[in-house]
Amino acid sequence: MYQTTYHRASSVDEAASLFAKGSESKFLAGGQTLLPVMKQRLASPSDVIDLGKIKELQGVELSGDTLTIKAATIYYDIMTNADVKKAIPAIAYLTSVLGDPAVRYRGTIGGSIANNDPAADFPAALLALGATVKTNKRSISAEDFFQGLFTTALEDGEIITAVSFPVPAKAGYEKMRHPASRFALTGVFVAQTKSGEVRVAATGASQSGVMRVPAIEAALKANWSPSAIDGVSISASGLLADIHGTAEYRANLIKVMAQRAVAAAR
Amino acid sequence: MSTVKLTVNGKAVAVDVEDRTLLVQLLRDHLNLTGTHVGCDTSQCGACVVHMDGRAVKSCTMLAGQADGASITTIEGIAKGDELHPMQAAFRDNHGLQCGYCTPGMIMSAIDIVHRHGGQLDEATVRTELEGNICRCTGYHNIVKAVLDAAGRMKVSQAAE
Repeated sequence: MYQTTYHRASSVDEAASLFAKGSESKFLAGGQTLLPVMKQRLASPSDVIDLGKIKELQGVELSGDTLTIKAATIYYDIMTNADVKKAIPAIAYLTSVLGDPAVRYRGTIGGSIANNDPAADFPAALLALGATVKTNKRSISAEDFFQGLFTTALEDGEIITAVSFPVPAKAGYEKMRHPASRFALTGVFVAQTKSGEVRVAATGASQSGVMRVPAIEAALKANWSPSAIDGVSISASGLLADIHGTAEYRANLIKVMAQRAVAAAR
Repeated sequence: MSTVKLTVNGKAVAVDVEDRTLLVQLLRDHLNLTGTHVGCDTSQCGACVVHMDGRAVKSCTMLAGQADGASITTIEGIAKGDELHPMQAAFRDNHGLQCGYCTPGMIMSAIDIVHRHGGQLDEATVRTELEGNICRCTGYHNIVKAVLDAAGRMKVSQAAE
């Protein structure tokens, strides 16, 4: 790892001003991606601003039909939170199959979505549930937030403070886990909103990162059941292909994971 | 350079380190606690697992500065004098180690697993929960046996306290 200067921020405002002082600053949340990347010398921030101990970025709130998870809440605290389990059990489940136990003690929801890895789990949940990303400057819809591989709407120095999820009527998530990295080879999050809208998002599949799957949404809108997806055809065009799976394999995984997610939805 | 103040195995320490120092480097290179191992150095193998404030974390994937103010327990800090921790004893009795390289991380993760699951630990749970710890001797069978054995012993010793 190259030399860097570490700062621990005690508030969001302090973090923003520390960030502005560095020549090439980076925010550090759980560090489960940023630190490995720095160790590989693929990132060499002049200054690392630690958001992990900021109290206003911790915790979960359930208020009416909105579940809000603060940005620096670690995965373990999300998966064991009673409000998360009650309001959107699919999020508790998603978090329980993310990484491994040691990673879940450090990684945060804000870090996951700020990085926007094309195979990360949380982007699929945000997109399918129609979540809103809150920052220290504004609110951004999930649709506008995710902008392709490792790219988001965040401006330089902007800090995610929380994610607000509308509580759905039903939701489910299933993924084919990569056995070594535990990222999603393909993962699908399905949701039926309280107004009856059906939203489906796939991660790990597209060359442009997390995406909606309109064909499956239409099939589930007509008939919310795994068998409704049997006849849907998913094009392999634009899907990821690597040594772990071809684009055609991932196209099929989108269907299979969507069917499993519908079967698991509650 | 920064001074990192933390508690390691019950002792308060203050260490001057470069900001890029990882927690595992602070433990091994500055405090000479070489029981914590560096295996893959890419956050996957779990050989470097230590407890921070009671939770099993990968010390190769934390800056030392992030542990400032925390209480760290390493493999060197779990025995009571000459008396092995029940998890260490169970690893020895069940032949839960072959080359021993993964063992410190396995034991620290396993203690955390027992703390979280208490009496509701079965073989499938242990295997799932150990997914962040890799044994390249592939000696998982006896490791799982050891964790299940230790879960029983830890319950008994907790009840006795």
